Amino acid sequence: MSKQRSLNQIEKRGTASRIAGQAYLWLLLAVLYMPILLIIVFSFTESKVFGNWTGFTFHLYENLFTGWHSNAAVQVDPNLYKSLIYTVVIALSAALLSTMLGTLAAIGIFNLKQRTRKAVTLMNSIPMINPDILTGISLFLLFVFLGISRGFWTVLVAHVVFCTPYVVLSVLPRLQKMNPNIYEAALDLGATPAQALRKVLVPELWPGMISGFILSLTLSIDDFGVTFFTKGSNGLETLSTFIYADARKGGLTPELRPLFSIIFLTMLILLIVINIRAAKQEKK
Amino acid sequence: MIRLFQNRRSWAAPYILFLVLLVVLPLVLIAYYAFTDAAGHFTIANFVQFFTKQEAVNTFIYSIAIAVITTLICLLLGYPAAYIMAMRSFSTPQVMAMLFILPMWINFLLRTIATVELFHMFGIPLGEGALLFGMVYDFLPFMIYPIYNTLQKMDVSLLEAAHDLGANRVQTFTKVVFPLSMPGIYSGIVMVFMPTVSTFAISELLTHNKITLFGSLIQRSFGEGGIAMWNYGAALSLIMLIIIGATSFFGQDDTEAEQKGGLL
Repeated sequence: MSKQRSLNQIEKRGTASRIAGQAYLWLLLAVLYMPILLIIVFSFTESKVFGNWTGFTFHLYENLFTGWHSNAAVQVDPNLYKSLIYTVVIALSAALLSTMLGTLAAIGIFNLKQRTRKAVTLMNSIPMINPDILTGISLFLLFVFLGISRGFWTVLVAHVVFCTPYVVLSVLPRLQKMNPNIYEAALDLGATPAQALRKVLVPELWPGMISGFILSLTLSIDDFGVTFFTKGSNGLETLSTFIYADARKGGLTPELRPLFSIIFLTMLILLIVINIRAAKQEKK
Repeated sequence: MIRLFQNRRSWAAPYILFLVLLVVLPLVLIAYYAFTDAAGHFTIANFVQFFTKQEAVNTFIYSIAIAVITTLICLLLGYPAAYIMAMRSFSTPQVMAMLFILPMWINFLLRTIATVELFHMFGIPLGEGALLFGMVYDFLPFMIYPIYNTLQKMDVSLLEAAHDLGANRVQTFTKVVFPLSMPGIYSGIVMVFMPTVSTFAISELLTHNKITLFGSLIQRSFGEGGIAMWNYGAALSLIMLIIIGATSFFGQDDTEAEQKGGLL
């Protein structure tokens, strides 16, 4: 931090240019956040048409939370709830599977010979570089080629494909920092490899695994392109594909506005928590 | 050390198998389908169909142009923002950086729809302008973040040296700061260009299907086209894959540059 301060002293920035700089940043932020804020504001009014203020009310929130019930005053598209459940189930399963697979893989990769390690790392980076449309289409063709009908399982596998590389990359640095002898010590003291993994390696790698898990969760929830091509046509939707279909039909389901606001605030809180965690770790 | 770990080398085996089956093989299949017809016979007809269809080629060129323009606007808007933040004109640059990063974590479809609604509200017609605005809006944080990162890591003593040696602020910027921030610029360009050149949902939503981009062309061959169009779609995907490959090589230069920079 002191580094940055001296940077500014060198710059000898005048007050005027400082204010101009700040104004520019705030202007950009205002533009970036305006659509998001508008949606939050209009989640508190009832009108079907967006941008039409018909007075403050929590009705859309009430509808969102009760609309699944057949006795509810306002019925909300049941597919919205189905897609929400699928999104959560897929995200949690994909994150869990990716974290397990990725951690094992990272330990293995870390111990590979230089040349093999390079090749595997390169393969590992393909799903991260590839845009979602290409990952989606390539997997779509694989499932077609193998004669696998698309649905829940193909989406789950596809999500594990693009999440695991990130887990590998968050676990590898922990391995580099770790004392390489403690695993051997555990074995010498009579632990089986499985025990040594559970009692020695996992606790050491835990922070990397947690970041990998959280990253996988957000990537999976956020995904649209890969899901779009691997979900098939049996009516399986995640929130992303539901929103896409809904928006293409024309007007957005009004209850998506409160849902969007809740998601945004959850993300905000999650990001603050992650940042505080990172800052604490840095202090250590 | 490697010898000590020997027995754990095999732990990578399941993942290597996983990568070969679910990452490499699918990409090979894109090429396979691109060079075959519906009956599985070798053909280059899919590519001929693309290159002889003026409309498809135009869409391809137009998409690249839109992606390049979006990337340029993001660079022009994003660099100053990253620079100002890194130079600590703010008492709380971390909070500022977080505010810029936060939108990256919100589903781009939701953000795009929010933009569409904004245009509706102000009665601005959807079209090319809306498309460019929406793309810049969606991907600007991806430009700011890597540039901010490199600028922040920059060694201050270099600036001090430039200052001591008599460089003024403009000279310090053009001769020291800007060249050192090149790795960040490279990754920013890659991070913005790749999703903009391959998108299909954003353009459909922001232009109400008035403007077709290359990504939509691919998506339609797999969606509405039915089985008959899959091979053609695979050929288009292969062309996209080549562009992405070339772009990521461009991006890879920056890791080399970074290493060289470190050596200096």
